[in-house]
Amino acid sequence: MPRARRRSVFTVLFRAGTVLALLLVLSPAVWLLAGVIGKAAPHWQWSVLWTNLQGENGGLLGPIVGTLVLMAGVLVLAGSVGVLAGIHLAELSRPNRRGRAGGTWLRMAADVLSGVPSIVLGYVGYVALVVGLHWDFSLLPALLVLSVMVVPYIAKATETALRQVPTSYREGAEALGMSMGHSMRRVVLKSAAPGIVTGLLIALAIAGGETAPLLFTAEFSSTVWTGSFVHAHGFGYLTYLVYQYWSYPSQHANYLSYDAGLILVAMVLLLLVGARVIVARTQRHTEYRGR
Amino acid sequence: MARLEGAWKWGARVAVVLPFAALVFVVAVLALNAYPAVKVNGGGFFTGSAWKIGSTYAATTRTDGVAHPVGSSYGAWPLVAGTLQTSAIAVVIALPISIGCAFALTERLPRWVSRPLGFAIELLAGVPSVVLGLWGVLTFGPALSKTLYPFLADHLPHVPVLSFFTGTVGHGEGLLTGGFVLTLMIVPIITATTADLFRQVPALPKEGGEALGMTDFEVASKITLRWVRSGIIGAAVLGLGRALGETMALVLTVGAIFQLAPNVYSPMSTIAAAIATQLDSSLTDGTGFAVASIAELALVLAVISVLVNLAARWIVHRTSRLGGPVGRGA
Repeated sequence: MPRARRRSVFTVLFRAGTVLALLLVLSPAVWLLAGVIGKAAPHWQWSVLWTNLQGENGGLLGPIVGTLVLMAGVLVLAGSVGVLAGIHLAELSRPNRRGRAGGTWLRMAADVLSGVPSIVLGYVGYVALVVGLHWDFSLLPALLVLSVMVVPYIAKATETALRQVPTSYREGAEALGMSMGHSMRRVVLKSAAPGIVTGLLIALAIAGGETAPLLFTAEFSSTVWTGSFVHAHGFGYLTYLVYQYWSYPSQHANYLSYDAGLILVAMVLLLLVGARVIVARTQRHTEYRGR
Repeated sequence: MARLEGAWKWGARVAVVLPFAALVFVVAVLALNAYPAVKVNGGGFFTGSAWKIGSTYAATTRTDGVAHPVGSSYGAWPLVAGTLQTSAIAVVIALPISIGCAFALTERLPRWVSRPLGFAIELLAGVPSVVLGLWGVLTFGPALSKTLYPFLADHLPHVPVLSFFTGTVGHGEGLLTGGFVLTLMIVPIITATTADLFRQVPALPKEGGEALGMTDFEVASKITLRWVRSGIIGAAVLGLGRALGETMALVLTVGAIFQLAPNVYSPMSTIAAAIATQLDSSLTDGTGFAVASIAELALVLAVISVLVNLAARWIVHRTSRLGGPVGRGA
């Protein structure tokens, strides 16, 4: 084949290849969405949202409340720890001798922690908290394990957002005589807020969709959460139904499993779209530029 | 006011140490609980292929001072091999697709198309893994076992490697289905990291290449790809780290049977899936030896995926200043 011919063939192949690659990802994604909706829609009844779960019958009230409680708990616990840790890594840790950003070892520890598989964290939660501290399957061990899972993520998002705030903002605040705490609150955190909130929303989406670590720390219960943090003999959440109920013999149980999947997907998509909207809106008004 | 100022700084100081403390705690708990199992199981843990709790009714026996039921045997070779097989399938398929997607998103498509498409791929990363697993076992796997799998099994020749793709097709729960579902989970991670790398390639060399009359394929392969070569390896290893630790999607799609898959369509299991499915039955072992063996399994998985993740971050960090996390590490 002549050289010029070969070059144009390669170009066409390359262009077709990139489009093919996109199709290979997007078509299963559409198929997945259609599958989740298609399984749940034909028998969908809005009453599952507020009906109690009784064994394999009833609705999903208990698990829905459980998942929301878990997400709220993670927001409070992992949110405060993660944001504070991110602030420390970005603003408070001193640069090292070579002038690079400080806190290398602590950042590395967070990175390593985010590499530990969630099922392993779940096992540790089971051995140390559920059995070791006699907490039984309940909310607190589940909450702690989920928080350990997402804290590195929130810390990273916060640190990245803070590092994107221009130095001139901080210098301007200092020139106006603001104390460091004051300038953090009123100037720096304010302009980093969209990035931090995005990180928090994505962490919530991860926490709400997680299953593996909850199997051994929360197990399951079909009743609505009674307010106890430990010694609860089980705590219900949506992903458990997706994992277990699809293979039960009763058709209603299978339907509940599909419904739970649809609700989960809707919840996660809502959070991620929310995160994107926040970034887009603030981009229009401030100098902040997200990824 | 001054006191409040001190308070949040102290809060930040405590918070930043907590991930480190949690990491030490996790490692300590795993090591302490796995110690008896490591002592008794020895090297057979990695070579043996029988996972038996033993007789929980008969009297217990002791090996090296550790009590365990008569006839217990813990060999994790099929699980270790299974973890490597599913992850390898996922990375090998995901890498070229992700590079293609990253090129399409950053270089080829106009911004008004590439932004929503990029966001759609990001959303795919957010779908809970258990939902992907459910779709895999109910819709995706059965559909493939009726179409693609029989086609592959009938038409691929009996040569080494490819003969692994021949034989009985089954019902869609197995190694290949699990590998495909894993692929879907790691493509968004590798795509986002690769696209970030591509955006960092300066425009001048690319424009220079075009000015010299290079085609867009030549610019892509000789300039853009070469510029970020090691970063892409890092992105692939990041995806590998995620694949190694994935649990729920695989529990549902690979059949979760303790065996070395005879062919690519057969049910099997991975380390993570085995931890999820075995803990319940391990509780029937009154000596606690079965739970200790699960700890050894968890320790092995944690060590492998932490090493892989560290390597990935090191490679990505070396080649790029950004390289932020996309989704959870594992």
